[in-house]
Amino acid sequence: MTLTLQLAIIVGYLVVALLVGLLAYRVAERTAEDFYLASRTFGTVVLLFTTFATLLSAFTFFAGPNMAYQHGPEWILVMGLMDGIIFAILWYVIGYKQWLLGRQRDYVTLGEMLGDRFGSRGLRGLVAGVSLVWLFPYVMLQQVGAGTALEALTEGAVPYALGAGLITAFMILYVVVAGMRGIAWTDTLQGAFMLVTTWVALLWILAIVDGPTAATAALEAEAAGHLALGSDFYTPQWMLSTAIVIGFGVAMFPQVNQRFFAAGSRTVFKRSFALWPILCVLLFVPSFLLGAWARGLDVTVPEGGNVLPAMLAEFSPAWFAALVIAGAMAAMMSSSDSMLLSGSSYFTRDLYRPYVNADLTERREDLLARVGVVVFATGAFLASLWNPATLFELGDAAFSGFAQLALPVIAALYWRGTTRAGITAGILASQVFYLSSLFVAVVPATYAGWSAGLVGMGVGLLVTVGVSLVTAPAAEERRSIYFEGLRAD
Amino acid sequence: MQRLEVWGWLVVAVVLSVLAIPWFLWGDATTVVGLPLWLWWHVGWMVLASVVFWVFTRRGWGIGIEPDASRTSPDGTDPRTDAGGDGR
Repeated sequence: MTLTLQLAIIVGYLVVALLVGLLAYRVAERTAEDFYLASRTFGTVVLLFTTFATLLSAFTFFAGPNMAYQHGPEWILVMGLMDGIIFAILWYVIGYKQWLLGRQRDYVTLGEMLGDRFGSRGLRGLVAGVSLVWLFPYVMLQQVGAGTALEALTEGAVPYALGAGLITAFMILYVVVAGMRGIAWTDTLQGAFMLVTTWVALLWILAIVDGPTAATAALEAEAAGHLALGSDFYTPQWMLSTAIVIGFGVAMFPQVNQRFFAAGSRTVFKRSFALWPILCVLLFVPSFLLGAWARGLDVTVPEGGNVLPAMLAEFSPAWFAALVIAGAMAAMMSSSDSMLLSGSSYFTRDLYRPYVNADLTERREDLLARVGVVVFATGAFLASLWNPATLFELGDAAFSGFAQLALPVIAALYWRGTTRAGITAGILASQVFYLSSLFVAVVPATYAGWSAGLVGMGVGLLVTVGVSLVTAPAAEERRSIYFEGLRAD
Repeated sequence: MQRLEVWGWLVVAVVLSVLAIPWFLWGDATTVVGLPLWLWWHVGWMVLASVVFWVFTRRGWGIGIEPDASRTSPDGTDPRTDAGGDGR
């Protein structure tokens, strides 16, 4: 019964998503700008929720509550600082400036924006290349996740390869048809759905277990140290490293960064910015508290399984648990489709166009973008069948990898003295340093408790500034475009 | 003047970030209405952050980015658009 229900709900969601995609296709223009950015027309609700749903996907439902279950609810603080405050500040510092520049000069990707300012095709290719290197295994991780979840859900009736393949095929179809507009519309439904179901789940379970005081007392009896702020696991260094690195990393994640270009107006930007911390706390608190409380409520979590589904299975009816889990799986897909779309835009705009054929017509670029989605998704799918451990490590490390880009980009946006040589050296140095910390044994992964990701960000900034100070700007650089004549009206 | 405002908002941003985690409650396990006190602080702090961000959108938006952002009046309207006649 549960199985059929869960599958029916997932299939139901896919059908609804596809209908929304088809609707978006009907109103779309056949241009790359519309396909990638919905012609920069997003309103507050759509921008807010599409960023929200893209940012916070399966992680919020699975990995986060697992962390709270094992180590205590402090994870809420890390996520709140990371997404609610740091990302919101970057929303202004990086996002608003990018939006102004994008509107004025028609940029679609980060690489385009940097390449234009520094007069460098190489830098543009470098930023796109680095982004794709981190994005590819991350897309793959989502496919692996979806394949594994479907296999577990159907108790092996849908084998892993078939599950991952089905999800891939659906995502390709969906992205190719719907583009950014369709993705954003389904994300909006998704974001609202996540919020509502999480709160209903919290209230439902609290009603059964006699309220938060009883749940917390049970947790205290089971794991005494969990309620006190901090532990051997949650050290200040670890909490700050994680929040800072992921917060900055998220702003450079192609699918999130590209949304900076898509706002319809300055007002949309302002409203989304002000609502952001409240929206984050509304989702994190119930979802992670459920994970933490599960520990005291004697919920049996299967080996390698996730705590939230187990908690729901224990305390709520099957149809409701299925609904939440279907939502979580759909969230995973809704993040993946945005990644595919952005990956394809980085490929066409920053690699294909500058290096292969500069004279693409709009319609042809639109077509190429869709072909790019197919190639990227199929490649990631094949890699996910091969399951190489190294790619997994890369996927796990993707947030820190993207974070390495953030400070050189901020330097370029706000400091006139940044030179082409400076930013290029800064990006290369921090990437090499961070990759070495992952794969070269002699380079440590932590420095007095601070993560290599955070240290690498410092290296990137120092090298960018240092090399900029000792080099002269190249003749093709156009320093003024980030600083003069920027205005919203 | 604008430089001073930029620094002022920068300090606000740093304070908002630093105190999102109540370091002064480190090791504290006090609970209020079933939730740890440090969690109540965090929730309150996030609401405060939203309010501060909203005030920023009214008073400081564009600062450090748009060259003439300080000309935006406190009520959020832009005197440039009200005045008209500036050729745009």
